[in-house]
Amino acid sequence: MNTLAAIRQGRQGYVLSAPALALYVGLLAIPLLLTLVLSLNVFDYSSGINSDAYTFAHYSSLLGDPYFYEIFLRTMWISALTTLLCVLIGVPEAYILSRMGAPWRSIFLILILTPLLISVVVRAFGWSLLLGADGLVNQTLQAFGGSPMKLLYTPFAVVIALVHVMLPFMIIPVWTSLQKLDPAAEQAALSLGASHFTVIRKVVLPQVMPGVLSGTLIVFGLAASSFAIPGLLGGRRLKMVATLIYDQYLSELNWPMGAAIAVALLLLNLLIMLSWNRMIEGRYKKSLG
Amino acid sequence: MSRNGPFALLFHALVVLFMLAPLVVVCLVAFTPENTLSLPTTDFSLRWFRAVFERADFVDAFYNSLILAFSAASLATLIAVPAALAITRFEFPGRDFFNALFLSPIIIPHLVLGVALLRLFALMGVNGSFAWLIFAHVLVITPYVLRLVLASAIGLDRSAEHAAQSLGAGRFTLFRQITLPMILPGVAGGWLLAFINSFDEVTLSIFVTSPATQTLPVRMYVYATESIDPMMAAVSALVIALTALTMILLDRVYGLDRVLVGKQ
Repeated sequence: MNTLAAIRQGRQGYVLSAPALALYVGLLAIPLLLTLVLSLNVFDYSSGINSDAYTFAHYSSLLGDPYFYEIFLRTMWISALTTLLCVLIGVPEAYILSRMGAPWRSIFLILILTPLLISVVVRAFGWSLLLGADGLVNQTLQAFGGSPMKLLYTPFAVVIALVHVMLPFMIIPVWTSLQKLDPAAEQAALSLGASHFTVIRKVVLPQVMPGVLSGTLIVFGLAASSFAIPGLLGGRRLKMVATLIYDQYLSELNWPMGAAIAVALLLLNLLIMLSWNRMIEGRYKKSLG
Repeated sequence: MSRNGPFALLFHALVVLFMLAPLVVVCLVAFTPENTLSLPTTDFSLRWFRAVFERADFVDAFYNSLILAFSAASLATLIAVPAALAITRFEFPGRDFFNALFLSPIIIPHLVLGVALLRLFALMGVNGSFAWLIFAHVLVITPYVLRLVLASAIGLDRSAEHAAQSLGAGRFTLFRQITLPMILPGVAGGWLLAFINSFDEVTLSIFVTSPATQTLPVRMYVYATESIDPMMAAVSALVIALTALTMILLDRVYGLDRVLVGKQ
């Protein structure tokens, strides 16, 4: 029966996947290809996009123009700093959560993670209220005798808000790998006289490393392509790659240039993910011997 | 029983404060009687909520978002459920590729999807059409439904299905009477998660909406880049309330902790 049944199974599988496949080919693969082609089209400000002429000019100005270079560099360091802060805050927090007692653990886990489901525009607006010239943070500073600082529309505001948005993406994978940790291993190390610090360093940390690495990956990727946070908290002058693409498309109307930057952003994202993946695999193989 | 020391608990308190502060501030400022963005100190007022409902552009954008999220989540469910069953039930060449492909919009930046769809829609001459906006949203939210339905369809006990089949149940009866009730938490949870994600989506939508099809987050984004006033806080508070309501439902049908951190 097997060949026949296998063919029938296969056919049913394709039939059931067909709507999803049509959606993904039509609205994912084709648009991405069109954008790749668009990024190679000639553009000039008087006649617009010339779909019949091709050029690498947009990519070469992406590499050569100091304006673009500066924005890419800023995006990289802001994302890297955001990722670092998420590791420094998210990993201990996940550990503390995992050591809490029954009702509190779920309550705080949900409290900390649900901001994830609230619109990023709302969260950005919340930070602009807190960090504004007469916002709560500056009022507190003044109450303690300090002088008000310009916080909004600075890299500081963007990083703080990005950490707020990305922290759940770090806590979730770390939490998941903490769940696999056998508490007996910690107990054993403690009973053998290891200090608490040694237990964390030698027993807990190595076990949660895969979670930390995948969290790092997600946070960096999302931060590097974030749009609403730099758009609302960075102001007009503090551009990141995503707001740059938006400007190219909707104010400059130079779609081919915008498309080239979008392709570069996508490639950069995929490159980071693939190299991280390889690194994680490499570490995993090594630790298995 | 907590095994955390006082230093750990202080750290924890600061993290919770950090996560909730911007949301709490938004909700408080929404009730200010003043014209400025100040925390209400002596009395509370609903004037800014009234102001929201007097703004036709915000009300329209809210209805757009509601209809959009409802239709997109429903379509995404109709697409994701068969795909999830295909992936869990049937062996066929390319199955793993399909699985990876169907989850891929999660790792592609919404901004890139937005500009890519803008190009497609412009070439087709349908940019700003509400129907195509729905399809764009279906693309980005299908992975969420798929993930939850996959989780509930994997490791499902098939004996009830086999029994029904041997008793002569047709394929559709089998699905409706046996399979669907068993994966229902995943389907309903997936629908709600997709609804929230569609309702909140701003980055992709900003490229493929026209003034007539503007969604609430896009309207709010554009408004906030131009001016900041307490009305924006009132809209935000309403969005938070609606999201909270959806989250409570999601918790009831699927379990919020399972959605957020997977199986416990």
